[in-house]
Amino acid sequence: MSSLFTQAPILAIILPLLSAPICALFRGATFPWALTTIVSALSFSFSLDLLFHVAEYGAISYEIGGWAPPWGIEYIADPLSAFVMMVISGISTGVLLYARESILKEVPASRLGFFFAAYLLALAGMMGITITGDAFNIFVFLEITSLSSYVLISMGAGTDRRALTAAFQYLIVGTIGATFILIGVGLLYVMTGTLNIADIASQFDTIADTRPIRAAVGFLMVGFAIKLAMFPFHIWLPNAYTYAPNIVTAFFAGTATKVSVYLMIRFIYSMFGADFSFGELPLTTILMPLAVVAFLSMSVVAIFQDNLKRLLAFSSVAQLGYMILGIALASETGLTASILHIFNHAIVKTGLFLTVGAMFYVTGSTYLKDLAGIGQRMPITTFGFVLGGLALIGVPLTPGFISKWYLVQGVLERGDAIGYGLAIAMLISSLFAVIYIWRIVELAYFKPSPEGAPTGEAPLTLIIPCWIFIFGSFYFGIETSMSVGFAETAAKFLMGAVK
Amino acid sequence: MEEFTSVFLMLLLVAGALAVLHVRNLFVATMLLSAVSFIMALIFVMLDAVDVAFTEAAVGAGISTVLYLGTLALVGPHEKSSTKKTALPLLLSLAVGGVLIYATFELPTVGSPDTPVQTSRLTDRFLNESPKEIAVPNIVTAVLASYRGFDTFGETTVIFTAGIAVLLILSQVRGRREEDVAIEESTTPQSDLTAEEDTSLQASPHDLVPHVVSKLLIPFVLLFGFYVQFHGDFGPGGGFQAGVIFAAGFILYSLVFGLEYTKKLLPLRLVEFFLAFGVLLYGGVGVVSMLKGGNFLDYNLLLASPVAGQHLGILLVELGVGITVTAAMLAIFYGFAGRSETNNKSGA
Repeated sequence: MSSLFTQAPILAIILPLLSAPICALFRGATFPWALTTIVSALSFSFSLDLLFHVAEYGAISYEIGGWAPPWGIEYIADPLSAFVMMVISGISTGVLLYARESILKEVPASRLGFFFAAYLLALAGMMGITITGDAFNIFVFLEITSLSSYVLISMGAGTDRRALTAAFQYLIVGTIGATFILIGVGLLYVMTGTLNIADIASQFDTIADTRPIRAAVGFLMVGFAIKLAMFPFHIWLPNAYTYAPNIVTAFFAGTATKVSVYLMIRFIYSMFGADFSFGELPLTTILMPLAVVAFLSMSVVAIFQDNLKRLLAFSSVAQLGYMILGIALASETGLTASILHIFNHAIVKTGLFLTVGAMFYVTGSTYLKDLAGIGQRMPITTFGFVLGGLALIGVPLTPGFISKWYLVQGVLERGDAIGYGLAIAMLISSLFAVIYIWRIVELAYFKPSPEGAPTGEAPLTLIIPCWIFIFGSFYFGIETSMSVGFAETAAKFLMGAVK
Repeated sequence: MEEFTSVFLMLLLVAGALAVLHVRNLFVATMLLSAVSFIMALIFVMLDAVDVAFTEAAVGAGISTVLYLGTLALVGPHEKSSTKKTALPLLLSLAVGGVLIYATFELPTVGSPDTPVQTSRLTDRFLNESPKEIAVPNIVTAVLASYRGFDTFGETTVIFTAGIAVLLILSQVRGRREEDVAIEESTTPQSDLTAEEDTSLQASPHDLVPHVVSKLLIPFVLLFGFYVQFHGDFGPGGGFQAGVIFAAGFILYSLVFGLEYTKKLLPLRLVEFFLAFGVLLYGGVGVVSMLKGGNFLDYNLLLASPVAGQHLGILLVELGVGITVTAAMLAIFYGFAGRSETNNKSGA
């Protein structure tokens, strides 16, 4: 077992990566799905192993190819990367439990071999980005993730042809983001002669005050901002989330943008250092207004949507605003709130998208007009949605409340007028969230169903995974020691890494 | 003289890029783009980056052009008149260009011996230790396939992803017509070859010169592909370039003789198999080294002597790259060319 554990960092990535081509060789609905689910669950268990190990004994380095860093590529499981890997693989596994029935409604069975291959590639790509300690390796795995996400989103075309344009829009915007990241990494290499993140970080102070490095930092930050759909680079996200197949939306809502948030945190703290990022660079002054505008304006926009998936997508952009705000605070509490919200928002939003997927399974639509009276037609699913909505708003006993609690603490730590202003802005944004969730509640319970609307619950294979996420939401809203503990360890680790 | 040449090539590059933006005929734009790639390859040669130049020539100027042409055969060479032109994209591009120019002012001088890259301990080890540790004459191959072999594995996976992405998207759109096509294929074998439009990728039986020339050429293209594949340890080349060249041989055959004959030789199912097989071969080498008690992709453990292990490892992973790249290029080409076939049949 010990020898298997020493291979855990690489196994968590190459298991899904190598299962993808195997999956692609098979046709039919069952085998590719079963393989994907098992592999994702194994990857999840390796991530959990790593997380608990790292929390106790500190970071693990794995030298790929037996070449020591900085010559070879190194994988580093540390409190932050292990935590994010756990979130990604956990969300992926939960979504897969639900996937089998759901995806058959949207993608023909003959394409499922390739479909699940793309799903595994997206999973492996995101895990690889998270654990690698090498700047160029990030770009390579970013490409795997991006290409597979474009195609997964386009698979919604069977339901709505606009999935193709949504995927194309994401392809153009995402490629620009990836190119910016590549330019940034290239400039870093020119100035340091190395690609290992720790190695770059050790030389960073001596070269920080040069033009190429300033440009590199700019390109990297804008690249990450595009990839994480930070306001005002979010235009691709609502379309992509709306038209993608339901399980793809649920998977990406919990993982894809979170990986970019992770990258932003990783580069700010592990490479540039907090002194440079928030001292020499005015990152707080840039990120904070954007974060506030994001969660205020996008919450308002969400109120006026006529499609439930699009409504939740805009809410995601708003929630990303909270994570950016936590980063912009440049404090341990703020960072803890951001990292914690990666976990909390992932579990809540994925749960919500899964319940929406169940509604789609029965009604064939996610437009609000077709979902009127859904509370009577699908009581169990709708109740799950309402509970998830409460968690999204941040009602006490839900994870949304916990993250906001830490974020408000971080904001008030500033002790100045801006701090109080930010707290009030967060409160207003939460009120907007109450409005858009209430709109759905009203529609679901107090409006009559359209004539001849399909009635009946979704099959148990859909409802049980939905409720796992909903129960999970409340569990981690009440029993917070674990999630908060890991987030605090990660934040302390990052702040400690500051020179 | 060298400075003059690089300035000349750079100017040509800019002129080419502007011309691509300016022309409205997409066919012309594609050919110009191919020329730009080729100029870029020449610049890489001048910078002594022959492996990169080779890739750029094979991928950028070669196979990309063919794939663009394949797309144009489907959609026609005429640009849709754009509805609006805003200044914002132009301003953004200029701003990004401005930042890049700003960054160049403090970049180390090209070719100077004291740049951070030249003096880094990475470069030192790659140049001085790799002849002992890995012992392949082409150091670029040593870095790409061994020291940074995992990146190359990732890139191979990117190619694989691109292959299945195209197959998924195009087959999805085509799916609705599949039944009609199946019926037509059974009733009218090959008769559609005469009902060609000039934009089609399909061959016309009357083009005697291309037939003869390509028959003479294709064996050499394939042979050259093998040379580039297996000579990558010694000179510029490797799996990526070889895969592209090898695929180009098959694509040339399809263009001249028709897709149906190529598909008889290499059915789509087989291409899909090779697409996956290359990645599995590459990853398999890594898994074997793990089973032998080492880390993923540690070639030292493959054989009794580490250097022999490195050689075997590099040979196998490069083969994996070559197979996946060939299959991915063919899969993409089949995807596009197959679409034009469907269109022609349903139009006929």
